[in-house]
Amino acid sequence: MTVRSGTFRSVAHRTGADEVVDALCAVIEPSKVRSGATEVRLYRRDASNMTGRAGAVVFAETTADVQAAVRVADRFGVPFLARGSGTGLAGGAVPPDGAIVISTSKMNRILSVDAINRQAWVEPGVLNLDLSKQIAHLGVHFAPDPSSQQTCSIGGNVANNSGGPHCLADGVTSAHVLALEVVLPDGSVTVLGGEAPEPDGLDLRGAFVGSEGMFGVATKVCVRLMQNPPDVATMLMEFDSVADGAQLVSDIIADGIVPAAVEMMDRLCLVAVEAWLHAGLPTHAAAALLIECVGESGQVAYDVARIKELASERGVANVRTAADDAERAVLWKGRKGAFGAVAQIKPNYYLHDTVVPRARLAEVIEKVYEITARYGIDVINVFHAGDGNLHPLLVYDAREEGMVDKVHAAGREIVTFSVGVGGVLSGEHGIGLEKRDLMPLMFSEIDLSAQESLRRAFDPKLIANPNKVLPNPATCGDMHAVPDGAWI
Amino acid sequence: MDLTLEEFAAQVGPDGPVTVAGSGSQGGAVVEVRSVTAPSGIERIDAAEMVVECGAATPVDELRDALAEHGQTVALPPGGTVGGTLAVGRSDVTRLGHGPMRDVLLQTRYVSAAGKVTKAGGPTVKNVSGFDLCRLFVGSYGTLGFFGDVILRTRPMARTTRWFRSDRDPLELLRDVHRPVALLWDGASTSVRLDGDDGDIARAVDRFDLRDAPGPPPLPGPHRWSLPPAQAMDAARSVDGSFVVELGVGVVHHSGGIERPEPDAAIRALHDRIKHEFDPTGRLNPGVDPLSPPAVG
Repeated sequence: MTVRSGTFRSVAHRTGADEVVDALCAVIEPSKVRSGATEVRLYRRDASNMTGRAGAVVFAETTADVQAAVRVADRFGVPFLARGSGTGLAGGAVPPDGAIVISTSKMNRILSVDAINRQAWVEPGVLNLDLSKQIAHLGVHFAPDPSSQQTCSIGGNVANNSGGPHCLADGVTSAHVLALEVVLPDGSVTVLGGEAPEPDGLDLRGAFVGSEGMFGVATKVCVRLMQNPPDVATMLMEFDSVADGAQLVSDIIADGIVPAAVEMMDRLCLVAVEAWLHAGLPTHAAAALLIECVGESGQVAYDVARIKELASERGVANVRTAADDAERAVLWKGRKGAFGAVAQIKPNYYLHDTVVPRARLAEVIEKVYEITARYGIDVINVFHAGDGNLHPLLVYDAREEGMVDKVHAAGREIVTFSVGVGGVLSGEHGIGLEKRDLMPLMFSEIDLSAQESLRRAFDPKLIANPNKVLPNPATCGDMHAVPDGAWI
Repeated sequence: MDLTLEEFAAQVGPDGPVTVAGSGSQGGAVVEVRSVTAPSGIERIDAAEMVVECGAATPVDELRDALAEHGQTVALPPGGTVGGTLAVGRSDVTRLGHGPMRDVLLQTRYVSAAGKVTKAGGPTVKNVSGFDLCRLFVGSYGTLGFFGDVILRTRPMARTTRWFRSDRDPLELLRDVHRPVALLWDGASTSVRLDGDDGDIARAVDRFDLRDAPGPPPLPGPHRWSLPPAQAMDAARSVDGSFVVELGVGVVHHSGGIERPEPDAAIRALHDRIKHEFDPTGRLNPGVDPLSPPAVG
């Protein structure tokens, strides 16, 4: 069933919701609790194309606020979910019916930084790029760097186990979170993991990271910081065929070189980006690889020289090396701004996120072209090639009759093909609502029931962001939040 | 592998107490309980994907030797089996540079308490499909399921690996040496492992007064502490005996012991609920509690 904005019912129609709001206002400063129709409407969706319905929004400023809100949810048996910046693409922050949305965006303080041991405690609403900017003078940074890093929050990164171009060498968010203060779904507050490297017991920290808000709410995060590299080299390599560029990625890794980042953009992407960036991108190339090597000068020089040799063997047409930080910034702006650039082509896009073995990259991209051509859809490929993490961007005009259905059908084929060649459903966006019902492509009923077991252990009443990730029919019967336009 | 996953699952069966035996290097199986052994053998090494797939009973040393032929290595300490090492989950002294062991396991097919082959994780280096059971299982002491086979993330071997000693201020080394693989302080001097390019290493030798060392220092025992790294040096000095502190990590190898902190009630309750969900009758490695782990040498 679709809940469109026009069908939203006011709080007055839901006396149960009134009670919940009253209970929230009794334990949280009422100015932090919003339940007006217009305000809750703003929180009915994230950056996906799905919408739900919030019952109330709590603008938490402290752990105590979060705890109070979760305890109300527990007492009334209503769902709750934490929300960071709302930049998630898989519908993970779309509220199920009448949920209490706990916004952590006002919990945005950096609490402590230890630049020697490279740890920092931060609140979940701290924005990803703000953290690295604030600590840059100490010679350290937070490694995960999603394309949305200017607006996405650390709390959201924890929920989605977010990645980014520079996670090739250093790993995704889970490798950069040491400890979490969390409010569990029963309202208790505890710390998972710790500053100490080997806390006794199970790695509950690891289990929590990437749990998409279904295990509780992170209220403080101890992150690991990385040393800033003394030397950086950034190259843009042009290829006459996507296959040659894709094969070079495998060649580099097989040669024992792990660059900091290896990103691919195909021709349509280069054209769209160049149209607004005017950075001299090779719009005639079939594909370009953006490769960055970091480290000490000797290692960087070796890696760059070797990569150029390997590229030459793959028939690289041209290599552009960033002369300085300004040129490097322009090249990265082109990569990270690619999604915005598609507005040059069509008004709507649907972004996918599968991972395949690097050796299968060329074959899968060819398949993506074939599938989208068959449906008459334009496609841009801009992705983390080093990780085999594809991001086919299906570009379309939703006003064309039947186009949305075609986009969904093509997407399903792309995901199914990716998993079929030994890949996975999601590399960094998460499952959320979007891919919930595709989980059986990767996991058997037995596998899924093990994941459900872990979820029940954290949340026996199943009130923390329910109906996401796991396609269990027993728990999604009352899920009314998935709109017709959603692809699930 | 010398045993299929289904054969291993049949050995585990659906009921009755059962324990899993590795090489015994990490404390060994539970005594006086029926014992099973996981499949052994390397199925696939793929340097271009930076992965290796093998049975859980494969000896780590055999795995490392085989990986070395492909120019790869894996961040598992030598000596035990792959499954036993992952079940204990304790990294060796390269953790500063190579990261914790929990980041190594990409996928496992384990045998559940119901005797069913169950898959967790995925085969690629990047994967956020579903909940992260792999990290839950690393360090779970075989109390939630028995590893059958695994896919591990490997890394290219460095072109040069060298050990040094330095008398410089250990905190200066921690702050200024670029990405050392290990910094081990014994109260007097610091052992430094550097991997990478010869020229870079030569520059570090000059800058930090490093002198050649044959290898890592002997690690005092029998105690292994885990402390916030900012507290580890002072804590190590405050207890009589010999010690080595893993700088920037917080593991202390010490001849003396300290009290372990008691877990709080919410953590205890979570552990009990997880155990109950995964092994309701408590048949897997009975008596083992990850919150009170057995001493490991």
